[in-house]
Amino acid sequence: MQGFNRIQMAARVAQDIPEGWFVNLGIGIPTMVADHVPAEREVILHSENGILGMGPAPAADQVDPWLINAGKQPVTLRSGGSFFHHADSFAMIRGGHIDLCVLGAFEVAENGDIANWATSENDSAPAVGGAMDLAAGAKRLWVVMEHTTKDGRPKLVSRCAYPLTAPGAVSRVYTNLAVLDVVPEKGFVVRDLAPGVTLEQLQAVTGAALSSN
Amino acid sequence: MIDKIVQSMADAMAGIRDGATVLIGGFGAVGQPDSLIEGLIEQGAKDLVCVANNAGSGETGLALLMKLGRVRKIICSFPRSAGSTVFEELYRAGRLELEIVPQGTLAERMRAAGAGIPAFYTPTSVGTILAHGKDTREFDGRTYVLEQALRGDVALVEGWEADRWGNLTYRESGRNFNPVMAMAADLTIAQVQHLRELGELVPDHIHTPGIFVQRVIRVDRGAPWA
Repeated sequence: MQGFNRIQMAARVAQDIPEGWFVNLGIGIPTMVADHVPAEREVILHSENGILGMGPAPAADQVDPWLINAGKQPVTLRSGGSFFHHADSFAMIRGGHIDLCVLGAFEVAENGDIANWATSENDSAPAVGGAMDLAAGAKRLWVVMEHTTKDGRPKLVSRCAYPLTAPGAVSRVYTNLAVLDVVPEKGFVVRDLAPGVTLEQLQAVTGAALSSN
Repeated sequence: MIDKIVQSMADAMAGIRDGATVLIGGFGAVGQPDSLIEGLIEQGAKDLVCVANNAGSGETGLALLMKLGRVRKIICSFPRSAGSTVFEELYRAGRLELEIVPQGTLAERMRAAGAGIPAFYTPTSVGTILAHGKDTREFDGRTYVLEQALRGDVALVEGWEADRWGNLTYRESGRNFNPVMAMAADLTIAQVQHLRELGELVPDHIHTPGIFVQRVIRVDRGAPWA
């Protein structure tokens, strides 16, 4: 079972974002979501380092070194964009003004717990950035990630083994094999399966019970 | 006549003591007061507690300050980066204390300090190992963790323009932590690339009013990275 590739996963997420939403995209596959929002649909991207209305990467000869995203990569600013300082940026995040945050993860549990910042309690050099604020503050948290690790272990689990970024935060997970809602009292509920993937096959690589709509 | 503009880096750095808590602006290389960090290296203060979003990269700036053994502790949200070898070596060798703080909590702790708020509750990190040992409280059925204000003895900030009253503007994503750190220190030192006559900065467009700034120095820095 291969299912969707990373670009297709990003595009699948973009499909579900309506016009007018303020969206923060984490590093990795989430960043690619921006490339797949239709040009005429105005979705306003927030960057934790103090930008609203972040636009796509500039052409190589049009780089503005003063304008970078959370991943320290150069970006552009859309018309209507604005700049503000860090306390205001995280007020937007923590104060529930961001409609959607899309993050990657190591693990998502069936109760919505997310682990995406550390792989052990004694990491040689832990680093958290804005992940905990985003997970705790955004109106909705969607995760986009591969369904299993490189060695085939489930990333959708009954309980996270890795240190949590936030408890109970995730409401939807997009993987290469399926789109699943995280429903209180129910756990993972399958919305869509990737072409060629059956529910039984999906359950075999998932570490918690699945139900379907 | 009020004139916060200093002519020499030595004047800019005067009085910074050993053991000082130094807030350093910037997100990545953008908005980082590189010239002031060089000035601090030159000035010699040691046993410093540095507060920054990242923990330096390469062998210049904050990384160099750390490599020279001048930093006792770093308080930051994301020390690891592509070039953070100096940090990683010092940390693994136990020669550098590290306090990891979620980025939003870091910003708000300094904002609170500048605003005279000694402590506040935030939902960030509740239910995670970063909330271990901290007081929590419920409001409207949700649990929050108590965080304390974080003041600096010194703030090193980078602005774009300044005038002699210390009013500052910033440039694009070079703003980031700078305004918040400017508020939160007893001594705020700003490096800027453009000095303006008093009254030249449009009042509606001043990002940091000079009340928060004690010293200004002009540097020819150019772009923050290639």
